[in-house]
Amino acid sequence: MAFTFAAFCYMLALLLTAALIFFAIWHIIAFDELKTDYKNPIDQCNTLNPLVLPEYLIHVFFCVMFLCATEWLTLGLNMPLLAYHVWRYMSRPVMSGPGLYDPTTIMNADILAYCQKEGWCKLAFYLLSFFYYLYGMIYVLVSS
Amino acid sequence: MSFYELGGSDIGMSAPGYPGFGSSVGHGVGSAPQGGVAAPLQAGPGQTYPTTYPAAGYYSNPPQSYPTMSNPCAPASSKAPVMNSQYHPSYYHNSHPHTAHSNAVPGHANYGGALVQAPPLQPYSTAAPPTSAAVHANQHSQPFQQHPGYLGAYYGPYTASQGPSHYPVVSYPSAAGGGQYNMQPSSQASLQQVSRGNGTLPASTSTTAPSSYGALPAGPSVAVNGQVNTVSLPALQRYDQNRPASAHPYTGVQSDAGGPASDRPPSLPPSTSVHSSPSHRQGVDSSSSGSSASPVPNNYDSLEGGSYPVPPATDSSKAAPPFGFGYPNLQPAYQQSPASRNDSTPSYSGFNPPGYQQFSQPFPTMSQLSAALGGIGGVSELEVEGLRPVNLLQERNILPPGPVPPPEPNLSTDLRKVNCSSDTFRCTLTNIPQTQALLNKAKLPLGLLLHPFRDLTQLPVITSNTIVRCRTCRTYINPFVSFLDQKRWKCNLCYRVNDVPDEFMYNPVTRSYGEPHKRPEVQNSTVEFIASSDYMLRPPQPAVYLFVLDVSHNAVETGYLNIFCQSLLENLDKLPGDTRTRVGFVTFDSTIHFYNLQDGLSQPQMLVVSDIDDVFIPTPDSLMVNLKESKELVKDLLNTLPAMFTHTRETHSALGPALQAAYKLMSPTGGRVSVFQTQLPTLGAGLLQSREDPNQRSSTKGVQHLGPATDFYKKLALDCSGQQIAVDLFLLSSQYSDLASLACMSKYSAGSIYYYPAFHRIHNLPLLGKFQKDLQRYLTRKIGFEAVMRIRCTKGLSIHTFHGNFFVRSTDLLSLANVNPDSGFAVQMSIDESLADTSLACFQAALLYTSSKGKRRIRVHTLCLPVVSQLSDVFAGADIQAITCLLANMAIDRAISSSLSDARDALVNAVVDSLTAYRNGVSGLQPAGLTAPAALRLFPLYVLALLKQKALRTGTSTRLDDRVFAMCEFKSQPLRHIMRMVHPDLFRVDNFSEQGALHLNNCVVPQPQLLQLTAEKLTREGAFLMDCGSVLYLWVGKSCSELFIRDVLGCPNHTSIPQNMTQIPDLDNPYSERMRTFLNWLQESRPFWPVLYVVKDDASAKISFFQHLVEDRTESAFSYYEFLLHIQQQMSK
Repeated sequence: MAFTFAAFCYMLALLLTAALIFFAIWHIIAFDELKTDYKNPIDQCNTLNPLVLPEYLIHVFFCVMFLCATEWLTLGLNMPLLAYHVWRYMSRPVMSGPGLYDPTTIMNADILAYCQKEGWCKLAFYLLSFFYYLYGMIYVLVSS
Repeated sequence: MSFYELGGSDIGMSAPGYPGFGSSVGHGVGSAPQGGVAAPLQAGPGQTYPTTYPAAGYYSNPPQSYPTMSNPCAPASSKAPVMNSQYHPSYYHNSHPHTAHSNAVPGHANYGGALVQAPPLQPYSTAAPPTSAAVHANQHSQPFQQHPGYLGAYYGPYTASQGPSHYPVVSYPSAAGGGQYNMQPSSQASLQQVSRGNGTLPASTSTTAPSSYGALPAGPSVAVNGQVNTVSLPALQRYDQNRPASAHPYTGVQSDAGGPASDRPPSLPPSTSVHSSPSHRQGVDSSSSGSSASPVPNNYDSLEGGSYPVPPATDSSKAAPPFGFGYPNLQPAYQQSPASRNDSTPSYSGFNPPGYQQFSQPFPTMSQLSAALGGIGGVSELEVEGLRPVNLLQERNILPPGPVPPPEPNLSTDLRKVNCSSDTFRCTLTNIPQTQALLNKAKLPLGLLLHPFRDLTQLPVITSNTIVRCRTCRTYINPFVSFLDQKRWKCNLCYRVNDVPDEFMYNPVTRSYGEPHKRPEVQNSTVEFIASSDYMLRPPQPAVYLFVLDVSHNAVETGYLNIFCQSLLENLDKLPGDTRTRVGFVTFDSTIHFYNLQDGLSQPQMLVVSDIDDVFIPTPDSLMVNLKESKELVKDLLNTLPAMFTHTRETHSALGPALQAAYKLMSPTGGRVSVFQTQLPTLGAGLLQSREDPNQRSSTKGVQHLGPATDFYKKLALDCSGQQIAVDLFLLSSQYSDLASLACMSKYSAGSIYYYPAFHRIHNLPLLGKFQKDLQRYLTRKIGFEAVMRIRCTKGLSIHTFHGNFFVRSTDLLSLANVNPDSGFAVQMSIDESLADTSLACFQAALLYTSSKGKRRIRVHTLCLPVVSQLSDVFAGADIQAITCLLANMAIDRAISSSLSDARDALVNAVVDSLTAYRNGVSGLQPAGLTAPAALRLFPLYVLALLKQKALRTGTSTRLDDRVFAMCEFKSQPLRHIMRMVHPDLFRVDNFSEQGALHLNNCVVPQPQLLQLTAEKLTREGAFLMDCGSVLYLWVGKSCSELFIRDVLGCPNHTSIPQNMTQIPDLDNPYSERMRTFLNWLQESRPFWPVLYVVKDDASAKISFFQHLVEDRTESAFSYYEFLLHIQQQMSK
């Protein structure tokens, strides 16, 4: 039993995923508020947009860590989300600042529904990966 | 489909509270001006006021503090004070940061308006001098000291209103109707209420009061909209007025607690007080922390009263009883002779069980209700006609002889009579399918086409203190509600049972009592209310107009400046507004020029700001000036402006900075910014590059750059929208100017967009004429400021997407900085829950705006449609024109977000899918041809026409700006205009016959037959008129009869017809006369004078004429017959 780099990666990923779970929950709440008319779309976009890149960067960061630790399976599991993030950010509306959400289109029912669904899916993904990292960490610690 | 995702927004939004709205950065009107009266009024605590207030006068001793005052009316008295102390001071304080302001601005109060309306009849307008009002305020400031907000908010308006009562009655086209409906009695009532409540008004005043029922609405005048129940107390007194006024108790001051007693039946006053605030408060207290905890909802949602912080369901039973209260005894009450006051005091403890009972009666079941509503008649002939299968491939002449009529909904005649005009409100399906599944099966879009601010010739205007609305969903009372009995009405949108306020029992039209169903609100589906201060976030803004003019070399070359200045000079007096109207001018090239027009200067003073990176306003006060005071200077400026820049060599254009300056100038007030731009902005923020590749203009692959290049203009528009500024864009450019980016400034600020490609004062005379006429209309048309529009619909339906120029504030609320009578909106709907419970679906659009005269008004349109469960009925009720317009809007969204070819495919698929659905689901047989129900027989034709529009066509050379402009028009024009654009009307005009002619005002308007848009219908021997909405083409065949050419055109023969003929001469012969009456008749149906082009057979202008012949084949598009075959082929796949 030894504390390897891979184990460190898993631990880090575990912590960061916990943070990502909070991001996802925040995201879901925010869109729910929009839907129930509690919030002004402009305000809501202003609060959501700065959070988009940090979330993506955190995810990229531990993907890179797994790459360095040559944890191929874990990396492979994260690739779809990584690809999705890249695609999502490439196809964002014309904006001068960072972020994804445009207050003029966000109230469109389709987009609202999409964003909500996205939030739930991500939450599910992060939760599953949280437990996977936990397992991975223990496995690495025990096996090495 | 994701339609279901939007579930229950109607219900959802009625959840309590609006936390967080107030903090909006760019959006709220800014915290200061937002501190309106509205917000508190809507929330629980606000309601305490009306009742506690009289209570104060009647029961309690003046020195008592407010919380205690409310005690008598609050059974749960222990709670009430807590609430009060906790809430009120801060609440009102915060939300009325400028009470002084509201005092100062004259005439903004509705009460004022109401009072003024009928001065001769009003004892008060004469008898109540400003001093008395002042007295009220003084007197009250004592006992109410801890609620400074109150005084400002409630008394302020009164005080103000009495002074500047010279405001004219807003005279709209509807003036006649308005006059009729303006309820003078009720307006008196409002004043009476004031005086009563205050208890300071001399008795003499009361004596003069007409002893009519009209006065009864007094109570609710201050009451919250919807807080209907507050009525009874003052109202009752009113009834008693028949008695000699000398007996009037109100002469006393507040401490005169015994005063009113003699006047009042026992037990009533308490019950009133009970019900109103405390009940609500209980609810708040006990169950929902939401509404009590929510911060001040000082935003437009709460203004228009989008949702009402409803106590949760559990609570409703608790809160409900009081609603029932007042009424059961009400009737006896005012029949009763007055009892002594002393009796009344204790009685509040035992409020009337009868009320309870009545209320707790089981509601009629849904089916009973539907029956009661009695909407549906039998299967009508229309229905059958709509379903008649038409074989499109064989039917050559599918156009009706005259204009295509909108389908009549299959309602009982009573409902049909009161239903909203199809020009204002149209639904794509006049039979609403019961479920989303049924809708999906029909493959037709469900949506509304709205033209809410249309110029109307007849519009009932209602000046009423209480605007009766459903307590839950805030729906305005309308012809489609059902009256369960005299005292209760059932909301047709959410099915809540509401009380009929007393004021509503009086009918101002017939001057009779007890006929709530005959009130104008219930007799007309389009009404306008004069709103009270509850509907204001700040005092209504004045009309403010800022003109931002491009004066670069390019602009001067086009010569538009001359025409603009001329036109504005001519119309300066016709600009909608009142004495507060303000104007300002900004010109720009590479620098920004401001004009100081302050009254007192000898001539306009030009101030140049060359620092375009950080624009500042040189003198904040004197740039936007009062038009009345500075009229001479404004005229002076307009006369000199064109000459000032004739020799300019500046070619750059700093549009972005100029707009930022305009924003800074306007943000304190809001208003309208009119931007005239002639080229691509090249300097400073918001500069744009040319993105168009001329070689790609006729590409069939796809069109790039339909979206904006930068979000600068969008952000600016959102900021503007937040400050109630609308930006209207006039683009007069001969080169590419990236309209896709520039248009954003108008799109999201609810402005309008005008585009004049290749505008030149000498080279393009027809366009010049059009510009002049558009300007004339633009400057003089009606305008509404700081508007919001909310669309409500029957529970189960929800709004999916909006189309038009606005900013969507929430799921059903549009924020419109300005609203103009020429803009239309489209709404896509989805069905969240089955509508099986109901037989009628209703839609209500409420537009709350400030008129140019500084009045807050609400225009309400209600549309009622039957619900059906059969697929065949859905098809039978399809409104093909509305469907086409909605599809066009959807296709344009698709083109921008995805690609043009996607959008085109989607359009074709819409036809294919719906016809397939019809074939499989309804007709049952498999005919060889291509059949469509008669209601949809024009569907393929219209879709083909859409595909050939500039906005959506491919293969034909189209400039990018032209295309984008066409898209903007589709999104923002009303249905009629879009339909004329898509499928122009073609008539033969050289052989008018008397057959079917209209006889109007002693002149005969010939009604030639509508021709199909194909060259086949044209003959060289004829002359044809094509009506494309804003353009008319008169095509004169080569061998057209000399008689026609001579008599109508005034030319000896065909060859002598001039190239650029744009007018029909006034000739004195029957031929010419008939032609001109026909043209006039066409013109009357639209708000502006269209441009007429006389097209000779051989002229180059004929290209634009022939491109409108949509049934013909072009090099890149199908002919109509080919298109049908294509559809048939797709269907058989």
